[in-house]
Amino acid sequence: MSAKTETAPSAPQRMRPVVGHDNREWWDHINEGQLTIQKCKECGTLRHPPRPMCWKCQSLEAEHMPASGKGIVYSFVVIHKPVIPGYEYPLAVAVVELEEGTRIVSNVVGIEAGDVKIGMPVKVSIEAVDETLTLPLFRPAS
Amino acid sequence: MLTSIKDECAIVGIGMTEISKNSGRSELQLAAECVSAAIKDAGLKPHDIDGLTGFTLDHVDEIEVARTVGIPELKMMSRMPHGGGAPMSLVQQAVMAVSTGMCKAVVGYRAMNGRSGARYSEGVADGPETTDAISWGWYMPYGLLTPACWVAMHTQRYMHEYGATDEALAEIAVAQRDFASRNPNALFYGRPITMDDYYNAPYIVEPLKLYDCCIETDGGAAFVITSAERAKDLPHTPAMVRSAAQGAAFDQEVMTSFYRDCITTLPEYDLVAKQCYEQSGLGPDDLDAAIIYDAFTPIVLFQLESFGFCKHGEGHEWVKGGTLGPDGRLPTNTHGGLLSEGYIHGINGLAEGVRLIRGTSVNQPKKNIENVLVTSGASMPTSAIIIGK
Repeated sequence: MSAKTETAPSAPQRMRPVVGHDNREWWDHINEGQLTIQKCKECGTLRHPPRPMCWKCQSLEAEHMPASGKGIVYSFVVIHKPVIPGYEYPLAVAVVELEEGTRIVSNVVGIEAGDVKIGMPVKVSIEAVDETLTLPLFRPAS
Repeated sequence: MLTSIKDECAIVGIGMTEISKNSGRSELQLAAECVSAAIKDAGLKPHDIDGLTGFTLDHVDEIEVARTVGIPELKMMSRMPHGGGAPMSLVQQAVMAVSTGMCKAVVGYRAMNGRSGARYSEGVADGPETTDAISWGWYMPYGLLTPACWVAMHTQRYMHEYGATDEALAEIAVAQRDFASRNPNALFYGRPITMDDYYNAPYIVEPLKLYDCCIETDGGAAFVITSAERAKDLPHTPAMVRSAAQGAAFDQEVMTSFYRDCITTLPEYDLVAKQCYEQSGLGPDDLDAAIIYDAFTPIVLFQLESFGFCKHGEGHEWVKGGTLGPDGRLPTNTHGGLLSEGYIHGINGLAEGVRLIRGTSVNQPKKNIENVLVTSGASMPTSAIIIGK
């Protein structure tokens, strides 16, 4: 018997993010329950998605600052087709503009997909979507 | 005319990282470091660079290098094939671009974790950490997986900012099926649709409905280009290439450039249009017909705006009332387009553009056709040409 056994997932799962040198720290913070924004240590420019150099001053020095998690729906779509295993439809996906100014793509949950609107205030909710994947999702802010 | 590249260009800067068995950082960072160092060595700034050339085997995309290093605009990108056979061809690419005036300064690069990462000695491995894969990885977990989704995201915001409705999209969808219904080579031959058909069709990705999306087909399309001198002796009216341009713009992603201040215009297409007009000496008033890349209806609006047929945000009004039809100001996609002739990745559109110049389209407009615009995909790094009599 093999020392290493893998159990097949009980249900189809969402596709995984691709994690590498340049975004591992960001995903580590998500797994710890914190949404962060990468910030240049030299000039203070915020950037998302994370990248290894500041486009403005070319500094390689960066840190991840905690984000408030508050934002608005900048744009969104409601996906009907194709239906891909691991996701529930209709599926709302939004570009959320965080109050710090950077944008992030995620799902808007806790609301009918058809009720999502541009300009709607939302707040991050870091949730385990299956046994091994934690994602920053967004819910309507009261 | 330029007949020799002799002494036209020089290598003015070099940059390297250290060489090791384990760099401890991404291939993107290695590329950013050596590119940045070469620019500095040359006494230039990132905004002085407007072309990048690299290897097809590189895991680091040009647009990621550009946005990472802070190069705002690219007018030439090339990937040269065949591994070890490639490096001097990068020099050739850069010399051709600069000596012809296409670019002001071109950087060639290669960055690889060839020992700690994917090793050629180990053969093909699963899932290299390419910048492209990382980029899609920001969208895949949320189900944003198809071109319709990515285009719909821009479209929803466009409608919100400019008060556009699906009336404009319906206009395009119906007009093109009308053209296709008379084109024996089109999948929609003999199958026009009505406005009711359009509105009653199901959503694919809101706000896009079924007839906003192109069809998927098998097929092939090709073209031959030769010199103007040689073309004089050939049987058909030549379609003269007046301009040919490529572009990527600030903070470019493949089809998900959602992080720019404005996501309802296409700065990469503005850049392509500007070059097309500058090269040809023409303007929108000189264009008699167009083949506008139409994988989805809204991208036709975005392109018409970038090419200056109307202002940004006004395309949805400009197309109403038959503007793109057979007797309109700009007969567009007279073959039926990708929406309804077939999807041969735009080369079928180029063939129709040539037919319009020759006067042989099945939907040949009554007016004289002197110049035709033919474009490529939108909301991505793209390209376009103007051809004429």
